[in-house]
This record gives sequence, structure tokens and C-alpha cells, in this order.
Amino acid sequence: MSPDGNWQPQASLATLRLRAALLAEAREFFARRGFLEVETPILAHAGAADAQLAQFALDDPIHGPLFLQTSPEYAMKRLLLAGSGSIYQVTKAFRQGEAGARHNPEFTLIEWYGLGYDHKRLIDEACALIRELVPRLVADTRITRFRDAFRHVIGVDPIDDPTSALCAAADTLIPSASALALTDRDEILDLLMCQAVAPGFPDDRLTVITDYPASQAALARVNTRGLADRFEIYCGAIELANGFHEAATHAEYARRFAAEKQKRRDRGLPPIPTDERLLAALDQNPLPDCAGVAMGFDRVLMLAIRAAHISETITFAIDRA
Amino acid sequence: MTTYSTNEFKNGLKIMLDADPCSIIENEFVKPGKGQAFNRVKIRNLKTGRVVERTFKSGDTIPGADVIDAEMQYLYNDGEFWYFMSPETFEQLAADKTAVGDSAKWLKEQAICLVTLWDGVPLSVEPPNHVILKVTETDPGVRGDTSGGGGKPATLETGAVVRVPLFINIGDSLKVNTQTGEYIARAKE
Repeated sequence: MSPDGNWQPQASLATLRLRAALLAEAREFFARRGFLEVETPILAHAGAADAQLAQFALDDPIHGPLFLQTSPEYAMKRLLLAGSGSIYQVTKAFRQGEAGARHNPEFTLIEWYGLGYDHKRLIDEACALIRELVPRLVADTRITRFRDAFRHVIGVDPIDDPTSALCAAADTLIPSASALALTDRDEILDLLMCQAVAPGFPDDRLTVITDYPASQAALARVNTRGLADRFEIYCGAIELANGFHEAATHAEYARRFAAEKQKRRDRGLPPIPTDERLLAALDQNPLPDCAGVAMGFDRVLMLAIRAAHISETITFAIDRA
Repeated sequence: MTTYSTNEFKNGLKIMLDADPCSIIENEFVKPGKGQAFNRVKIRNLKTGRVVERTFKSGDTIPGADVIDAEMQYLYNDGEFWYFMSPETFEQLAADKTAVGDSAKWLKEQAICLVTLWDGVPLSVEPPNHVILKVTETDPGVRGDTSGGGGKPATLETGAVVRVPLFINIGDSLKVNTQTGEYIARAKE
């Protein structure tokens, strides 16, 4: 890294004060609701199962391979299985190769799990927190099904239209999308979501997307209509939060972890050790009924100060870290 | 030749694309939830000036273009080429019509211009933002009208035509904005 002499923080001191104030406000928000604040490891033996997440792998002379966590999800679920009740944490998460106007490879997440919640109750709570932190947002939140958002904004049906039609829409709407040579349906849907659908969302209020295709369920429950009880919260095109009514059974987790493992093999990606301790816990008892959400705190702060770049919210973003 | 990875992309970076030198004017890192990360980039072709949008998978590399901006003094035009000199090395370079383009009408001997060089050959020429040029042709001045309203065309010594107030006469020196082609003021000389 070039010693370019830029030692100063990128966030202004006023922003750092606001950052501290909003974190305190968020903790107060959870304290009022009886959530327990927890801390789980940032460095762990297992990584995320998700084949799409590039993870920082470390090698320790005593403990062997270790992974910087992309989210505290597995450890928090182990706490829920141990009887913690509703929990939240403010933590750092890490994703390799992500750096841009909305991405820093190290970032701050607020993640929480409400015991006895379904995703609808959690949507209300997550939107309430974001609006408390960013009061200028219009209270009228729009909740839209994944399918309707695609139909309204770009006129394709993400559930029923053939992959070729989705591909054609991507080529029309996103210049030189063909350079990416995407063939995987979910990758094309994600590309359309972030580059064509989400840019159509209003930027003065929150938009919540629900009812994801089952193939994009991650660890959310699949409902009786065959859709995932997963949601994402956007403000304009910026994704702020991703939540699930959590899948509960050992069989579900084992099946989805295996599928991601297979995807890694197919793509020639290095294997990532599965969190066997989470599977062992689920083998004894299903996850208690709950919904969980991860919220990008830096992005919420971006909204609060109308920042164009995430580095405006962080003391030292990666190029100065 | 230097190559750049997508994580080094930034505005102003000069790269080779389809065998032409280009400059990055906008770079957006995109990470779809599931999909592979990529960079969505707006690029200006420095030969044609055209802007295109391209997508690169994150981690792709692309050759750099040896493009530099140099301050050079304009010397003269021989009917085919415009000659520029480096004030430091006194090296002289010839720029052709394609490189000089519309800037030709603002070029007066001695002016310090910004010459963009690709592998040492002039690619484009940018005149100073403000130049002082003499009026060689315009309708007779109207005495007493200093309002600047209305106006008339005036041809300058370099061939440029600008709209000027009615009181301007042949032989007057004018300060002109080369970016907008607008008259700014009469220059004392």
C-alpha cells in the first residue's frame, strides 16, 4: 500500500459523534424491548455456507484454519438454541473483495433475533428502528412482494417467466450485462434486483420486499405458497437489511448447507468448514420459533447524513485502514 | 505495459479498450446478493470522445494506456499540423487536425495549452480556459451602448466567432471563455 500520507479519518468528527449517538439509540431501542445484548466470535473455525460469499481465511499455528465471520448468524442461533431468549448484537462482519460506494470489506452489522416473532412482526420492528435512526424518512413504508416489484418496475415475472426472458430483460436494462455471461437463474434475478428493480424504489421512504423465490430462501422458512418468508429493506436502491422467519429443523439446515457445499465444488471454490456445532445443536432440538434480521449500520448512517460513499461513515475505510 | 485490476479502477484512470485509449469517468462496484461482484464503468474513448458503459467482473484486469496530460506552448500552424513545445525540454510535437479539433479556433501563438499525449503522440488539445484575442471583423460599434444587451457577432484573430456587445470595434482585444465560447470583457492592452 502506498504511503500516501493520508492519515486522517474519512468520516468527519460530526459524523463520528452522530455514529456514537445512533448506536446508543439502537441499544436503547433493544433495551426497551427486553433484548439481551450479546457478543459472538468474529474469528471462528467454521465459515458461512453460502457459496457466494468470499471469506477471509486465516491460518493459526495452534488452531489451524480460521475464518473472519461474514455474519454472526450461526453463533447467535446456537445461543437461541441454548435458551438465550431474544438477543441482539452490534458486530463487525467481513467480506472479501467488497469495496465500493456502498461496500467496505469490514463493516458493522446490527443483527437481532426476536423469539416468537414471524417475519411480519420483525419487518415492523426493523422499519421502526431505521425510522428512529433516520427521522426524515416518510413513515409510509411500502411492503411489496418480490414478484410484484419485478412486474411493476421492469415488467417481468421473476417466478413464472423462463430464464431466457430474464436474461433478455437484463441485457436490455443493464448495458453490457452480457459481459457477465450469467446463466444461473438466481444470479440473474439478483442482478436485476440490484441494478434494475431497486433503482426504481423511492428514496424518501423504506421499501420492504417479501415472498422471495424458494431458491433465494437462504435460511428462511418456505411458506405454503412455496415462497420464502424472507424480506429485504431498501431505501432507494440501497439495501439496508435482510431478514428471515428462520428455518427451524436440522434437516432444513443440513440440506441447505449441503446444497451450498455442492455449489462451491461445482464452481471450483475452496471448501469452507460447516458449523457442525450448530448442526449438533439442531439435532437435539429445532430452533425455537423466531425471526432474525441483519442490518447494515454503516448504510443506515449513510442515509442519516446523505452520504454518497460509505467511507464517509467509517473512521478509516479499507484504503486508509 | 501496466495492467489494472478492477479494484484499482477510479475516475480518470487511463485504460486500453478495443485498442483505443480511454479514460474512466464513472466506476460503480456492484455486489448482487447472490451473484458475482462486478464493476459497472462509464468510459470515455479519448480518440472519439464517445462515452460507453461496460461491465467487468471484479478481479478482471485490463491494460493501462500510456496517456499523460502535458502543459505545452502552442507555436504555429503550417496548414496541416499544429506545433507545440514543451517549456521544460523544448521538445516539439506536431498535432494533427483530429487531435486539435475545435480547439483550433482558440489557439494563439505562445498560449499554454493542455496537450493529452498517448504513447507520446498528441491525442487532444485543450486551450487555456480564458484567452485574449483581437477582433478582426464586426459591424461598426455603437457608441454609448454599454448595456451588453442585444449584441452582434464578431470574428476574432484565430477565426472564432463570438457574440459581443454592440460597442465592440475591430481591433479591440477581448477576454473570452473558451469552454462556453462566450465573451467576458474588453481587455486593456
